[in-house]
Amino acid sequence: MKLLSQRLNHAFNGRLKRLQSGIIATGLSAAVALGAVATSPDVQADALEDIESRGTVRIAVPQDFPPFGSVGTDLEPRGYDIDMANYLADEMGVELELITVTSANRIPYLQTGQADLVISSLGKNPEREAAIDFSDAYAPFFLGVFSADEDENVESPEGLADKTIGVTRGAVEDMELSEIAPDSTTVQRFEDNATTISAFLSGQVDYVATGNVVAAEIAERNSDRAPSLVYQLKDSPCYVGMNKNEPALMEEVNRLIAQALEDGTLNEMSQRWFSADLPENFGS
Amino acid sequence: MGPTLDFLTLLPYVSELLKGLTTTVILTVVTTLTGLALAVVVAYMRANAQPWVRWGLGGYVELTRNTPFIVQLFFIFFGLPGLGIKIDAITAAFIAMTLNLAAYSAEILRAGISATAKGQLEAGRALGMTTLQSYRHVVLVPAFARVYPALISQSIIVMLGSAVVSQISVFDLTYAANFIQSRNFRSFEVYLLITLIYLLLAFGMRRSFMLVGKRVFAYQQGEQR
Repeated sequence: MKLLSQRLNHAFNGRLKRLQSGIIATGLSAAVALGAVATSPDVQADALEDIESRGTVRIAVPQDFPPFGSVGTDLEPRGYDIDMANYLADEMGVELELITVTSANRIPYLQTGQADLVISSLGKNPEREAAIDFSDAYAPFFLGVFSADEDENVESPEGLADKTIGVTRGAVEDMELSEIAPDSTTVQRFEDNATTISAFLSGQVDYVATGNVVAAEIAERNSDRAPSLVYQLKDSPCYVGMNKNEPALMEEVNRLIAQALEDGTLNEMSQRWFSADLPENFGS
Repeated sequence: MGPTLDFLTLLPYVSELLKGLTTTVILTVVTTLTGLALAVVVAYMRANAQPWVRWGLGGYVELTRNTPFIVQLFFIFFGLPGLGIKIDAITAAFIAMTLNLAAYSAEILRAGISATAKGQLEAGRALGMTTLQSYRHVVLVPAFARVYPALISQSIIVMLGSAVVSQISVFDLTYAANFIQSRNFRSFEVYLLITLIYLLLAFGMRRSFMLVGKRVFAYQQGEQR
């Protein structure tokens, strides 16, 4: 009971502080913007320096998008993105302040200076690239053909010949698969994701085309028929988002991502949250 | 400017439509024959078999008539593999439709059969027919003739209900329409077209049934009908 009230108190204080600092930050950035107009344009705020002097990095993470970010039974945020945020903070030697965001407000949080980094299963597209900068890829996010058989891998679409593959009709993976599948492939289209998954789990189809996140969810619920990747259809990995023109912060984040890829940290996270190794082409 | 109708956008999909139509027609023809045949057996046995057989068949008929068709279909396709019985989509569709039509038709037939006075059957026996012969000529054929219009309607209902098999990935007419709609987003044109096709199929079925009925029940012209 006491613990809960402490936690509530803490959360409330945290929010209040964040609100205050938000107001101050907004005021500051307005002042800086005004100043920048008056003085030379190449005077820049250095976000990395700010983080180090503050001793805290503020990272926006999702709370409604498992396995990237969700709230666990202990009410603490958990997921791939949260692990990534923890890793970055640890390596930078600063405290971590998590800010939970939705997919709609994650970029505004960054732009208004309320978050230093966005680690929120963020994919690249031209509109976003105009607004913010992206690091190197830190998490796999792709569509693929998965099989119940663990040791199966095909190099090209021809390898899908004579296979029966279940897919949700009209989904992006249906379009991608229909485009590349050889004539002898039978594509069985189902009404929605749930029916497609049922068809796979009941053994009515031995192959399913879907996203790696869905595949991870199936694996978590039904480990004796865990889908394993056979062929990748479309790759759209996730990147860490940050404000434009922060070369020092960008360099640091990319260095840490490369290090995590090198020493197996990312692969461990992938196994933990997606029940699968990182795809072979990841980071290349 | 409102949206304009453009049926030409369906042209690239003619082969899908034909494939779907073929599947629907084959499914319908086969399940109508198997379903009605099974119905005769069920109706006969419900009237004449051992009590436990009657009781079992009664359970089947009630179970089928009081549960949604799509649930029956999903049970056969998604549920049975849990018991180790894996049936592919088209076979599952055949089985579900046959069982469905048979249950309803058996009930319809039973009404026709019970309308036959018991004395008629005894008269048949008195004329030297075997039990099966007298059952066939005195009971079954007249019973069929009596309920024939209801059987036609029931068969058409099952044909229209076959649209549901698209949900377990059977490439029938509705599957073709859903497929096309997910590609060209022309819902109005696609669904209007298959509405007309289903309408024609239903009319065609009714006419064929009538022609068959005219031949089979020719002896009764001017009597009972």
